[in-house]
Amino acid sequence: MEFPGHFNYWIVIVMMMAGFYVVISQGNLVKKVVGLNIFQVSVFVFYISMGKVDGGTAPIIHPDWTTYTNPVPSVLILTAIVVGVATTALALALVVRIRRAFGTIEDDEIEAQEEAQS
Amino acid sequence: MISSNLPALQIVIPLLSAPICVILRDRRIVWAFAQLITLFAFGCAVALTVQVLQTGPISYEIGNWQAPWGIEYRIDLLNAFMLIIVSAIGAITMPYARVSVAKEIPQERIYLFYTMYLLSMTGLLGIAITGDAFNLFVFLEISALSSYVLISLGEDRRALTAAYRYLVMGTLGATFYIIGVGLMYMMTGTLNMADLVGRLPGVAHTTTILAALAFITCGVSLKLALFPLHLWLPNAYAFAPSVVTVFLAATATKVSVYVLLRVFFTIFGGVDLFIDSHLADILMALALVGMFTMSAVAIYQKNLKRMLAFSSVAQIGYMVLGISFVSVLGLTGTIIHLFNHALMKGALFMALGCIVFRTGSVDIKDMAGMGRRMPVTMAAFVVAGLSMIGVPLTVGFVSKWYLVLAALEQDAWWIALLVLLSSLLAVVYIWRVIEVAYFRPVPEGAPPIKEAPLSMLLPMWLLTGGAVFFGVHSTLTVDIARAAATFLLGDRQ
Amino acid sequence: MSAEAAIVGALLVPLGGMVLIALTGWRPNVREGVTLVTSLVTFLLVASIFPSVAAGARPEVALFEMLPGLALAFRVEPLGMAFAGIASFLWIITSIYSIGYMRGHHEENQTRFYAFFAMAIFSAIGVAFSANMLTLFAFYEVLSVCTYPLVTHQGTDEAKRAGRIYLGILIGTSIAFQLLAIGWTYIVAGTLDFQDGGILAGKAEGPLVGVLLALYVFGIGKAALMPFHRWLPAAMVAPTPVSALLHAVAVVKAGVFSVVKVIVYIFGYDYLAQQMSGGWLVYVAGFTIIAASIIALRQDNLKLRLAYSTISQLSYVVIAAAILAPMSVMGAALHIVAHAFGKITLFFAAGAILVASHKTQVSQLDGIGRRMPWTMAAFAIGSLSMIGLPPTVGFISKWYILQGAVQAHQMVAVAVIVVSTLLNAGYFLPIVYSAFFRPEKALAGAAQHHIKVDHGEAPFTSVFALTATAAATVALFLFPDAPLSLARLLVGG
Repeated sequence: MEFPGHFNYWIVIVMMMAGFYVVISQGNLVKKVVGLNIFQVSVFVFYISMGKVDGGTAPIIHPDWTTYTNPVPSVLILTAIVVGVATTALALALVVRIRRAFGTIEDDEIEAQEEAQS
Repeated sequence: MISSNLPALQIVIPLLSAPICVILRDRRIVWAFAQLITLFAFGCAVALTVQVLQTGPISYEIGNWQAPWGIEYRIDLLNAFMLIIVSAIGAITMPYARVSVAKEIPQERIYLFYTMYLLSMTGLLGIAITGDAFNLFVFLEISALSSYVLISLGEDRRALTAAYRYLVMGTLGATFYIIGVGLMYMMTGTLNMADLVGRLPGVAHTTTILAALAFITCGVSLKLALFPLHLWLPNAYAFAPSVVTVFLAATATKVSVYVLLRVFFTIFGGVDLFIDSHLADILMALALVGMFTMSAVAIYQKNLKRMLAFSSVAQIGYMVLGISFVSVLGLTGTIIHLFNHALMKGALFMALGCIVFRTGSVDIKDMAGMGRRMPVTMAAFVVAGLSMIGVPLTVGFVSKWYLVLAALEQDAWWIALLVLLSSLLAVVYIWRVIEVAYFRPVPEGAPPIKEAPLSMLLPMWLLTGGAVFFGVHSTLTVDIARAAATFLLGDRQ
Repeated sequence: MSAEAAIVGALLVPLGGMVLIALTGWRPNVREGVTLVTSLVTFLLVASIFPSVAAGARPEVALFEMLPGLALAFRVEPLGMAFAGIASFLWIITSIYSIGYMRGHHEENQTRFYAFFAMAIFSAIGVAFSANMLTLFAFYEVLSVCTYPLVTHQGTDEAKRAGRIYLGILIGTSIAFQLLAIGWTYIVAGTLDFQDGGILAGKAEGPLVGVLLALYVFGIGKAALMPFHRWLPAAMVAPTPVSALLHAVAVVKAGVFSVVKVIVYIFGYDYLAQQMSGGWLVYVAGFTIIAASIIALRQDNLKLRLAYSTISQLSYVVIAAAILAPMSVMGAALHIVAHAFGKITLFFAAGAILVASHKTQVSQLDGIGRRMPWTMAAFAIGSLSMIGLPPTVGFISKWYILQGAVQAHQMVAVAVIVVSTLLNAGYFLPIVYSAFFRPEKALAGAAQHHIKVDHGEAPFTSVFALTATAAATVALFLFPDAPLSLARLLVGG
């Protein structure tokens, strides 16, 4: 019962680790950004699923319903999504500039150029 | 009316003025405007501190939404002190910024620089002022996103990769932080720090809360560049525009240290998890290793900005070491060092900024004869450098004194000795520069250079003078730091 | 003028003098006039405190709260009075000497030289008058830092290397050991004020006393106790006036003065005598005396020979204090005075020889007594004082030390003093003998070293200065009342 009952957390952990792994292992700067996104999304899922109450509905007061899902985590995640979008946009903008300056977006090639420069 | 809304104004005014900068556009007008706003923020911080000193902690509910549901700004002595540090550095850096930025940043982007600068300051002030754990994350990201942009404005192309790497690490850190906050929310149902204090003891001994503490510590440590999570910092500081380095080195990591203090001693203040989980011991070990290795690495740097950046990582070790003692003396040392290090590192980076302004280089080999070529700048470098070493009558000594006392108080004489020995490494990396600047002759055929302009020298000497003044007469700052430390530790003493 | 005002004045005058010297640097005559007037006024101010101290008063001034509860404070007691008295008096004579020397030797950067010289005297007087260990430490460190430019005055690679050793040992020992000891004392005793009978009495027990004593005496690197003596010979690359006043009087005396202060006012010599763990100091000091004397025997460079003699003579003061008998503590105080006059005479003579003939080695001095009769006569008197023979003041101090050693049944100390007296004679008398009684000989390679064969006395100012100090060495033997009365007050009689 424990395992299926917590399956949302398992999914969160799998996504989180997958995203983290991509950030660490990928040399391509865009792929790193993708990994970062997966990592962040796992946290979004974590927050939203944590606020879900079994059988609850959206928190709109209505005589038919007595159980509501906690709206606060969803609201928080709205903010976090905005932040995530901004981060992604900035990261991609930086990648564009890096590509212009170094002619590549592969981490090891950039590092080699940096070594040569210093 | 105004005085009762000061906490909101402290944040809202710089926040709103950032987009106004975009509208104003003209670089001279934008600069004057930004200077005005930073001065206002500083005045606001001083007024708030006075208020806190007179009436005790202030609680302010944003938009009149009642805490703990709404967002609460809560100001006690500790974050009032942080507000002063951030806004003071913000305001002092502005006059310095005008010429330095004009030289280092393309003219058509200058207004964007000031926009980002104000946003970054807003974020840092927000982190300090807020009493809501999630709101803190938002401000953390505001300051972080704007500082990525600021760093990427550097002339060297390596500034771009430095900014990118900082972005990746910073985002990981911030995300770790919200995971931790989420876990706490799951167990307590609140995000308000004051509320968390009361609710955590009931669930303190669950794995979930332990995991929350671990995630938050890890995330914040990334932000504050605690050894060995510091990898983003040296290049970011080295290749950012001089003004950005000054501002970030003096404020950004300090604010992260503040977050650590807040988490360990306010949010987790009611439970002994910090000590029981051996987190204090782990942090102490990391701090000590960081102090030595990073100072040692600093000795071998050719780029002086990078050298000071490594020294910053080492200095963060001192601050974290103070935290790990969990005593009034230790925390006093940490809090006082937040302020003192902001003064002396700010002054040192400003000195390097002056040299960049005139010569365009901070390589050690280009420092030959600098003692004669830019005597006023180098004199400030020497004085601030002596403070880094911890020579008495400078602020560096005051910080070190408290750390040593904190160690000796717990009969940990060997830690006291390690603190002192590691400061000797600072002698080496500071003196290396002094020897080159004063003993090597000016290279043949080097173009004659003038001293930096007055608008750069004055802020630099203001910080340097502060480093001496608060070293000779430290009562004011130490009293605040000690009161804040006592307040943080509460019943635990 | 009240004694309190005189204390502040004696500190401010040299500091103000330094600023004036820096400002008048472009007119050498004015600059040197300022130096002379400053030194004269400083001495008069210091002297004006003497009557009240001799009458048993202890004038006090507290300036700033450097740290809460630890003020930057001054309190003149007999030993400090004596130290400040000789330092400021000899500054006048050294200034006169310097003018002849620096011009005669065509030194560069004379303004920097005079300015930092004034600052060194300022910090020496600060050390002398300090009312607590923290103030002493602060001025001790300032003294180390501001003598660095004097040691490295030549700016050559050799000077730079010497500067590294100088600063490395002095700052290294003081930060690593002395500051640790100070912090420890503060934790244990709760105060750092110098008090009659000591502040550690009854608070520290057993091995801790021995550890603290070791941290203090080795932490006070300026006392040049082996194995931390290497900086003193290294400092001999400095211009001779620096070696004369600073490395025979101000700096090194600040070291042994601090050791005596620590033993008398921090530990209390009665208390230390009861403790078992303090006895080793006699052996370390005794070893330093003998070893340094033997090394001195083998030095051909005159200034180096004098430097090793200084190391050995400094340990006389340390051993005298370490014997822990009232009589020997008096001897320690007297020896600080006695050695100052004797050694400065010897250095003046060495400098005069250098200026007049460019000779630096002992082996080149055959027959020089006939060309420079005044100089070599003064040298002879200085030598007698070093050996401890009448009619010089060195005899008096040695007499007291010996008596104290016999009283305390410290036969090791007695033996050390007797043997070292023979060694002193062994390395000084041959110089005097060959200068007067051996015929001059032609020197190989004289031209390469710019050695002048046909020369007379050194410039008048130099000869005047060394004659004056030699006369004082004899005069203090005939009229030892002033130092003796201070020494008696020190031990409470």
